[in-house]
Amino acid sequence: MIKLEPRGERSSTMAYLSPVLAAVLTMLTGLVVFTLLGVDPVEALITILYVPISDTHGLAELCVKTAPILLCAIGLSVAFKAKIWNIGAEGQLLMGGLFGSYIALQLIEAEGFWVLPLVLIAGALGGMVWSGIAAILKVRFNTNEILTTIMMNYIALNVLLWAVHGPLKDPEGYNFPESALFGESALLPILIDNTRVHFGMALALFAVVAVWVLMSRSFYGFQIKVMGMDAGAARLSGFKEKRLAYFALLLSGGLAGLAGVGEVAGPIGQLIPQISPGYGYAAIIVAFLGRLHPVGILLASLLMALLYMGGEMAQISLGLPLALTGMFQGMLLFYLLACDVLISFRIRLKPKKITPTPPSILASDTQG
Amino acid sequence: MKQNPPPPRLTLRGISKQYPGCLANDDIHLDIAPAEIHALLGENGAGKSTLMKVIYGLVKPDRGELLWDGLPIEVKDPAHARKMGIGMVFQHFSLFETLTVTENIALALGDDAGELEPLAEKIRTVSEKYGMAINPEREIHTLSVGERQRVEIVRCLVQNIKLLILDEPTSVLTPQEVDTLFVTLRQLAHEGCSILFISHKLNEVKALCHKATVLRSGRVSGECIPADEDTTSMAKLMVGDDTPVSTTYPKKLGNSPLLSVHDLNLNSPDPFGVQLKHINLTVNAGEIVGIAGVAGNGQEELLASLSGEQRCKDNKTITFADTPVGKLSPDKRREWGLAFVPEERLGRGAVPEMSLTENALLTGFLTGLVQNGMVAWKKAEAFADDIIAQYKVKTPSRQAQADSLSGGNLQKFIIGREIMQNPRILIAAHPTWGVDIGAATAIHKALINLRDQGAAILVVSEDIDELFLISDRIGAICDGALSPIKPTPESSIPELGRMMAGDFNPAREERVTP
Repeated sequence: MIKLEPRGERSSTMAYLSPVLAAVLTMLTGLVVFTLLGVDPVEALITILYVPISDTHGLAELCVKTAPILLCAIGLSVAFKAKIWNIGAEGQLLMGGLFGSYIALQLIEAEGFWVLPLVLIAGALGGMVWSGIAAILKVRFNTNEILTTIMMNYIALNVLLWAVHGPLKDPEGYNFPESALFGESALLPILIDNTRVHFGMALALFAVVAVWVLMSRSFYGFQIKVMGMDAGAARLSGFKEKRLAYFALLLSGGLAGLAGVGEVAGPIGQLIPQISPGYGYAAIIVAFLGRLHPVGILLASLLMALLYMGGEMAQISLGLPLALTGMFQGMLLFYLLACDVLISFRIRLKPKKITPTPPSILASDTQG
Repeated sequence: MKQNPPPPRLTLRGISKQYPGCLANDDIHLDIAPAEIHALLGENGAGKSTLMKVIYGLVKPDRGELLWDGLPIEVKDPAHARKMGIGMVFQHFSLFETLTVTENIALALGDDAGELEPLAEKIRTVSEKYGMAINPEREIHTLSVGERQRVEIVRCLVQNIKLLILDEPTSVLTPQEVDTLFVTLRQLAHEGCSILFISHKLNEVKALCHKATVLRSGRVSGECIPADEDTTSMAKLMVGDDTPVSTTYPKKLGNSPLLSVHDLNLNSPDPFGVQLKHINLTVNAGEIVGIAGVAGNGQEELLASLSGEQRCKDNKTITFADTPVGKLSPDKRREWGLAFVPEERLGRGAVPEMSLTENALLTGFLTGLVQNGMVAWKKAEAFADDIIAQYKVKTPSRQAQADSLSGGNLQKFIIGREIMQNPRILIAAHPTWGVDIGAATAIHKALINLRDQGAAILVVSEDIDELFLISDRIGAICDGALSPIKPTPESSIPELGRMMAGDFNPAREERVTP
């Protein structure tokens, strides 16, 4: 018989082991699924997890995919630490892409070093506007941010589609739903020659360091953590709850917006309807898989980026459906939540023992 | 066949219960005879709660057996316990505020409740018979805490009851209500019902109980006939020989007001909260003012107004010395020199999952632990170490999580953290609630020291003995109104009890406190 038994205190070993265990269990389940699909499971795993990064080109592409996920996830980690459940990184990313594109298209002929910063700031602002709406609704009207941010995702997607089919459509684009290509000055510089690794990755790594300093060294970060763990204590110490909530939501929205503008001004180079294959949603999984810790999030976003690439690879070379990526993401989160139970509980394997019943109890049973 | 004396109503033999990291009950033996009022004495954490949960079927013991009327039995769950005739009144009531007395009792009884009409009639009969008048039609939120307790007791009595377990029943009652309760309990026992009375208040045990079993750290440390013992000898059984059990402190009166409240009125945002009415209060430098009161009479609201969690409409309603602070936020009040020890140690006083260092920073951030927005962790660590050393906090290190500390140790840490910031005003809610006698004495001494250094201290507590021990002036809060505050030597326990019940007329003078 398997029994869950409270540990009494949280196991910190298990807290770090749980994401690893979740990853391993996901792989094992993957093996089973591949076998059932009639694919050689080992070959499939190699195709998904190794082939995409088996050469320098692959590694470079990994960085390209990691950048937006990392930016979204590191921002979300701040909100999640404050127990503010921003599920809207996807929408904030899209709005970042849209705002950035608008500025880039206005400045399509412009040249100069100032164009790109303007585009990036517009992108960050786009994300902040979107998360800011949820923040106002939460702080002023006490709405549940989980619901509002999810709903705002769909609004963002439709606003983006409207823009790309309407005002921002390239007049010379043969009526395709695409904007014109951005000017050279609005594009993110390439960091490594002959690859698509762009400045967005540097921004993402900088954001990781900045958030790490914020959360572990600054008093503001400390207040955010206290508010998340124990709102009563934060109130009693006079921490400004509303201000902290605005800050956490605006920061995560701004970084998601930056991720969005990084895509349109980076590898894509124009505004198209599909600027994100769900990076904003994947970032939620990444944030938790990385234990809301900057280093963990960096590792988890690399893994998530690999899953995106592996899914495409499996589609190309094995003919497996692209939904595989989503399935792996889902399993990862599922196993992570399951394994997290082990942080506070331990598994006791008990032989189903027959309790030796004292004769006295038998006696009372017959009488009762 | 020889005629045996009747077997005990309940016998416990060698009950042991291990929790992770804590042996809550260790080989406990206990006999309760029919019609006996038996005290289970012990400090918080001695294992009383676990033991009664074992009896009530809420917890399965690891070892040992229960005998009911001489026959071994396994109590499967509380429903089974109720069928056997065991009733239990918990310290924290489980009543639905918006339902009536009858509906609540019907819910608790489940299938045995029957129709509401006859049940209401039965409730009326039973409550009248035992002198605990309650109206079955009233909704719970209109009842005082004492009345709610009656509902819980009546709930047990409408069934055929053979053993009534009461967990710290007097902690929510005024002294007068305690006397009434005792009359009821004696009548019940007289009719043959056994009563297990769980308490740590020695005077009450001595006044009420026929026998007492004393627990200390999960074991039976002694048994006695309370009437034959004095309270000191029973206290020694409870806490061991090495802890001093009582002291007295000289009383002082100050004359320069540091904390003043002028006509504070407040409508609580909580629909079941208490409205504060015309509260006027002054605490002078160098004195401790104690406010007694039954829980839920406006203490929370008053404390929130003083801490700044609840702002006043008028800035002048609360003044620190001559500075109006009514509209200031908690951190601004702290900047002025306020320190605050909240009632909930985990969850407001300390963040459970944070280390002691982080918890030192939680309110100590104004004492140079933050520079240019960055936390000076080395200084925060040093501050935490200082608190741990000076207040003898038992912990493996400053890295330990707050929730890994025992209640008493964490309270010492919180009190230490507040006092070491050299506050000019300290407000402490229930400073020794659930704390063992040793830690309570240390906390009292720390408060007295701070007073002698010239701070103004306000203590809000339900423990009247504590308030008489440390307060220089004393009063009570009832239904959101504050009684006149009197110098402690001029007050008395009966007078304070009347004030806790809302009778603020100081004219009648009874006997003086011993």
